[in-house]
Amino acid sequence: MISLAGRDILHSWGKFVLTGMGLGLLIGVTLTMGGVYRGMVDDAKVLLDNSGADLWVVQRETLGPYAESSSIYDDAWRSVSGMPGVETAANVTYLTTQIRRGGEDVRAMVVGVSPGVPGAPGQPGYLIAGRHIARSHYEAVADEATGFRTGDSIRIRRNSYTVVGLTRRMVSSGGDPMVFIPLKDAQEAQFLKDNDSILQQRRRTAANPSLNRPGVPGLLDGVIASQSGNPYVNAVLVRLLPGADPEGTAEHIRRWMRLEVYTREQMEEILLGKLIATSSKQIGMFLVILAIVSAAIVAFIIYTLTLGKIREIAVLKLIGTRNRTIVGMILQQALALGILGFLIGKISATFWAPIFPKYVLLEVRDAVTGLVAVIVMCVLSSLLAIRVAMKVDPAEAIG
Amino acid sequence: MKKGSTRGRTLLIAAVLLPLGALFVYVMMNSGPFAPVSVTVTEVRDREISPALYGIGVVDSRAVHRIGATSPGRLLRLDVHVGERVSAGQTLGAMDPVDMKERIEAQTAAVRRLKSVVAAAGARVSETAARKEYAETQAHRYENLLKTKAVSVEAADAKRQERLVTAAAWSSARADAEAARAELARSEADLKALLARKDELVLVSPVDGLVASREAEPGSTVVAGQTVLQVVDTEALWISVRFDQASASGLGAGLPADIVLRSRPDEIFPGSILRIEPLADAVTEELLAKAVFEKNPSVLPPLGELAEVTVRLPALPEGPVVPDASLQRFNGRIGVWTMENGSIAFRPVTVGRRDLNGFVRILEGLSGGERVVVYSMKALTPRSRVKVVERLGGDDA
Repeated sequence: MISLAGRDILHSWGKFVLTGMGLGLLIGVTLTMGGVYRGMVDDAKVLLDNSGADLWVVQRETLGPYAESSSIYDDAWRSVSGMPGVETAANVTYLTTQIRRGGEDVRAMVVGVSPGVPGAPGQPGYLIAGRHIARSHYEAVADEATGFRTGDSIRIRRNSYTVVGLTRRMVSSGGDPMVFIPLKDAQEAQFLKDNDSILQQRRRTAANPSLNRPGVPGLLDGVIASQSGNPYVNAVLVRLLPGADPEGTAEHIRRWMRLEVYTREQMEEILLGKLIATSSKQIGMFLVILAIVSAAIVAFIIYTLTLGKIREIAVLKLIGTRNRTIVGMILQQALALGILGFLIGKISATFWAPIFPKYVLLEVRDAVTGLVAVIVMCVLSSLLAIRVAMKVDPAEAIG
Repeated sequence: MKKGSTRGRTLLIAAVLLPLGALFVYVMMNSGPFAPVSVTVTEVRDREISPALYGIGVVDSRAVHRIGATSPGRLLRLDVHVGERVSAGQTLGAMDPVDMKERIEAQTAAVRRLKSVVAAAGARVSETAARKEYAETQAHRYENLLKTKAVSVEAADAKRQERLVTAAAWSSARADAEAARAELARSEADLKALLARKDELVLVSPVDGLVASREAEPGSTVVAGQTVLQVVDTEALWISVRFDQASASGLGAGLPADIVLRSRPDEIFPGSILRIEPLADAVTEELLAKAVFEKNPSVLPPLGELAEVTVRLPALPEGPVVPDASLQRFNGRIGVWTMENGSIAFRPVTVGRRDLNGFVRILEGLSGGERVVVYSMKALTPRSRVKVVERLGGDDA
């Protein structure tokens, strides 16, 4: 038996392929939108993964260090290290800033880490070029998304740093690429004012009669020194011993060190539920609308394609073709169109996803869902078309 | 004809669909979770590494002489400016003496007066001595006359009493003279003290050196001990350098060091570590050390300039060495991903020292000759499919 659907497609193959391509691009856009949403969530999760921490110790009553600013004393890690269940603790600072690269600005998150053995909390886990930070000053490991290459020099505030290594997918929850620099430099970069403000501050202090008393030489110097010191970091990253209970250790630190502690689950909740909640909902809403619109367009296309063939269907009926054969033809054509569209959509989405400035994560699960949705839509819309086809009066063929 | 046309169209549509299908399969296999992870590999080689330590310091003078007044007062004049060279013993300025001259004059007059008092007291001693001598003679004479009954007992007694009175007067005059001399000595000492204080009002450089700062200007009132001028010995420069405690093992006196001044980043000055300070900085978690130039730079750097000090440690004996980028953490352990027959496996290692070029000595876990993953496009797991490439981009080297 010849395939009626195949014959019909062959009959108007140009129309079929072009419609399939149009449909495919629409499906591609929908898949990409899903990828943008997934990428956004992934950015938040990868931030937590890359920090390599089990616990985040931050300032009391803050949601730091990512969702809120937090500052704690830089020697807090010593006491944290001594808490039961803690394997290592490391200071970390985060500062989102604009970095000049050539003539343009790059938005980046500057992370201050204690230089040490790779694999310590806060350190980048893997590199794609160069090496880790070896000196305790003036070296940087940058994410490839910043556009820097090894050997380049980055200027952050007063100091310039040599890029010694490159990372990949090291981003902040907002998708800004990270630049790792030694902790002491980062503390300076975060809290050090520019030279003009420092001079002004010195002048102000000198003008304060109670801080610049003629009878007490050295008082002014002491006050100025205490003003320009910075003993703060944003958080202490804690890695637990294998088998240690995160909540137990967290409770211990909360109770005895009077600091806020978040476990991995709580941090994920903060990032996904609070920090990127509205923007991801925004994208999510758009994704839902786009999916509905795409589904509607797929349905209309298949419906109108069938309506366009109503005269031929009447002829078929007139020559006594069984209803089952006609239903099969419409259904097969709709499915073929849907699958062609899906293939094109998936391929195009995969090709244009890397061009996006922020991460687009195309998940297999989403692709399968998309495929199922496309097939369901095709079947549903072809049912509408079949209803019309069944109702057609064979007399129309001659009418 | 119709049949041929149909076959042509079938071929045509197949020509569109087949590449499309192939492209889809290619896309699925090369992106997303099924895609192989591009990695670069290197062979673990036995070689020696020279660990190095890196610290930041400031240029400092070994001795900074803070010159100031020893007593409160007003600054009268300063003869030198910042940047001038001075020699040991040179007068640099003076404090306002206020009433010093008058007080010296008064004291001189007091000394003069006391000298007269001493002279007068001496004369008084001579006078009483003469009286005493005469009274003794008289008393002796009357004693003899009384034996011959030539004078009355009463007259003889009177002469004896006169002898005792004049002797007492002589003793008193001698004591007065002694007191006057002591008073004179005290007054003279006071005068000397004033003169010494006058010398102290002059600010004198204790060494040959350079005036580094001028912290008060003439007319200002300064308290005792306040610094007015700083004189530094510019020949004796050193660098107060700080090393991170976590990465300072092996630091010791006498090690060679390369010093780079912040204002001259392209010039490396050879030097060495002079000493490690016995007191470390507990707040900043750094070790403090002093580094010295082998030979002072021809143009001396200003004190307080930042300097980078790289200390070269003796080379370690040969052993397996890997780039630090190949060290990764997996299941809570530090190790490397070894590559055998196209698949990867994690091997925990014990890490030894590292140098500043990013090479790490492996103490345990590798024996040399293995191929290990250095860079990867993703974090690796034992199930990762990998594709070995020459380089991953982003590296100019």
